[in-house]
Amino acid sequence: MGIATLFRVLIFCLSLAGLSVDSGIAAAKTTVKVGFIGPLTGGVSSNGLGGRNSAELAVMERNEDPSSRYAYEFVALDDECKSNIGVQAATKMAADRKVIAAVTHYCSAVALSTVDIYHRFGLPVVVWGAVQPDITYGNDYPEIMRICGTMINQNEEAAKFMRSLGYKKFAIIHDTTDYGKSHKDYFTKYLVENGGEILDVFGVTSDQQDFTAELTKIKSLNPEVIYFGGLTPLGVRVRSQMEKLGIRAQFEGVSGIKSDAFIEGLGKELAEGCLSFIEGTPTEKLPGGRKFLKAYQSRNFAQGPEAYGPFAYTAMVQILDAIEKVGPDRKKVTATLNATKDAPTLVGDVTYDSHGQNIVPVISKYVVQDGVWALWEDSEYASGKRKLVNSKQ
Amino acid sequence: MELFLQFCINGLMLGMMYALVAVGFTLFFGVLDVIVFSHGDTVMVGSFAGLSMYWWLNAVYPGLSPEWTVLWIFFAAVAAVVAMGTLAARFMIMPLRKAPPLNTLLATMMLGTVLREAIRLFFPDGSNPKPFPRLLPDWAWQNGNLILRFDNILLFSMGALVIILVYLLIARTRLGMAIRAVAQDEEAARLMGVNFTLIVMTTFAVGSAVAAFAGVMNGLYYNEINFSLGLLLGAIGFSAAVIGGLGNIYGAILGGFIFAFLQTLGAVVLPFASAYKDVFAFGSVITLMAIRPTGLIAEPSSQRV
Repeated sequence: MGIATLFRVLIFCLSLAGLSVDSGIAAAKTTVKVGFIGPLTGGVSSNGLGGRNSAELAVMERNEDPSSRYAYEFVALDDECKSNIGVQAATKMAADRKVIAAVTHYCSAVALSTVDIYHRFGLPVVVWGAVQPDITYGNDYPEIMRICGTMINQNEEAAKFMRSLGYKKFAIIHDTTDYGKSHKDYFTKYLVENGGEILDVFGVTSDQQDFTAELTKIKSLNPEVIYFGGLTPLGVRVRSQMEKLGIRAQFEGVSGIKSDAFIEGLGKELAEGCLSFIEGTPTEKLPGGRKFLKAYQSRNFAQGPEAYGPFAYTAMVQILDAIEKVGPDRKKVTATLNATKDAPTLVGDVTYDSHGQNIVPVISKYVVQDGVWALWEDSEYASGKRKLVNSKQ
Repeated sequence: MELFLQFCINGLMLGMMYALVAVGFTLFFGVLDVIVFSHGDTVMVGSFAGLSMYWWLNAVYPGLSPEWTVLWIFFAAVAAVVAMGTLAARFMIMPLRKAPPLNTLLATMMLGTVLREAIRLFFPDGSNPKPFPRLLPDWAWQNGNLILRFDNILLFSMGALVIILVYLLIARTRLGMAIRAVAQDEEAARLMGVNFTLIVMTTFAVGSAVAAFAGVMNGLYYNEINFSLGLLLGAIGFSAAVIGGLGNIYGAILGGFIFAFLQTLGAVVLPFASAYKDVFAFGSVITLMAIRPTGLIAEPSSQRV
């Protein structure tokens, strides 16, 4: 290569550099990546997509804000609610050094299997929808925070509530993942403490189709309530087959069935009167909840935000705030997020304890009324106009 | 007693479903000596084809009576799956006939994955469970713990009818005779003027039609279908065919009911949690196979296995 050629190449490079400087003036902000992982396909994808849209909404709003210091790129990955896929997604996200922080996981089994990866790569994550306690309390990783509550509070509240309605005899069906098993354990603990009685417990695999054998046995025990610890697809099957076998018992679910997909899968009539318990206050009653719902609707997402959307949104807002404050640095962002105390947000005041767990004392009770999840206090069931199955009131 | 009867009814419904799937496995093995592992997913495609027909009917003829709707659903599912099954036989299984049996096994296993993923990706919102319409009358007779539903009786009788029809087709008709001839000795059958290709394709059409029926029956019984329902159903159907004696229709029926019985037993009688009922059922199958390697009803042809 002659000197002249070299010179030409140099000139060319310089002109390219000049070009990039020119175009850089229009978008002077550095691009920073932020991530989201959740079940975008599979049985619980309605929740995953609602969470993704909510997190994306936070990023869109920030990018439209002229005062923000960075331009944010939103990266969403699918964990299919399966641990093996979740581990791959988490590794991919954490290994990408440009991703500064992420909002991750709806399914507890997946979240449990990925916490080590985030810790190893030093990627700060805020769990938005998985409620198994060990995700935050089973480790001392500063990178792991959780904005939603744990199933401990949920089941304590649920057990006390059911007892206050006069129910005494329960049968339990739960899936055999960590999620379902822990629900069973905590509910059993609090129910027995409050004077309830568990007649029998059935663990089922999370892809089981036929529950007639289990339900027939339950029918013979004649419980007042069937407690179901698991996610929407299985919940739909259990409730539907209860009806086919003519079982007259109240169906009590957990936060995992509080989705529109549950009502759609069953139809209005069968879903009527099903109960669910979930952390936090209903979106429309939150400070700024209406604003969130309005902003969400204005973006024309194909799916609704579902129960955990506001958590995903809030977690993303916190992450973006932290990046704005300390810059795109994983360590600094982790420290900033950890220090969150009494921060007023969409989902109420957020404080992370020493394990990165947000202390959310509020649990909301829901009942399906005319094809929608209605807040218990506002429902016709609470006012006495309608009655739950086997109700003593 | 009522409880026992209720378990029997549940077990019979489950057994009928398994038997229908097992009949397909046994038919294919009997005629071509191949194990078609995509058969479970064929069942799943049948139920989705039925659901698509329901949606279409709902959009085009909203006032159609449930009886006609059910008939059309069955028709659509059978037509779609028969077309798929014969094509697979002609262009995938027959060309592989001279290859080692392992190749056919692998190819059909891949076909199953392709079908499953295709439904998941291309069916609208295919990764979510889909509610299957309740089209059968919900009359029920209840006595204490026993509930006898008219739709269960109807589905069970229809399933039994399908199996009897398949049996009559094979045992009593000229076509059946040709199928049996091919099963016994392919070359001799050819020399006697049997159109080999046609017979193989017909066998696959019959087996696929039964699978489609099982798919729609599955939907009507559980009122919920999903893209992965064929996975376990295929494994169970195959096990049922093997414990009964691969290649024998009676064996497939027997195997189906035995498997359902084992699963129900596992869920109800065993002291440990019902989570292990599949472990128990499949474990029992292994034991049965160790005791009777040729299946409960041994077919002369299965001595070749």
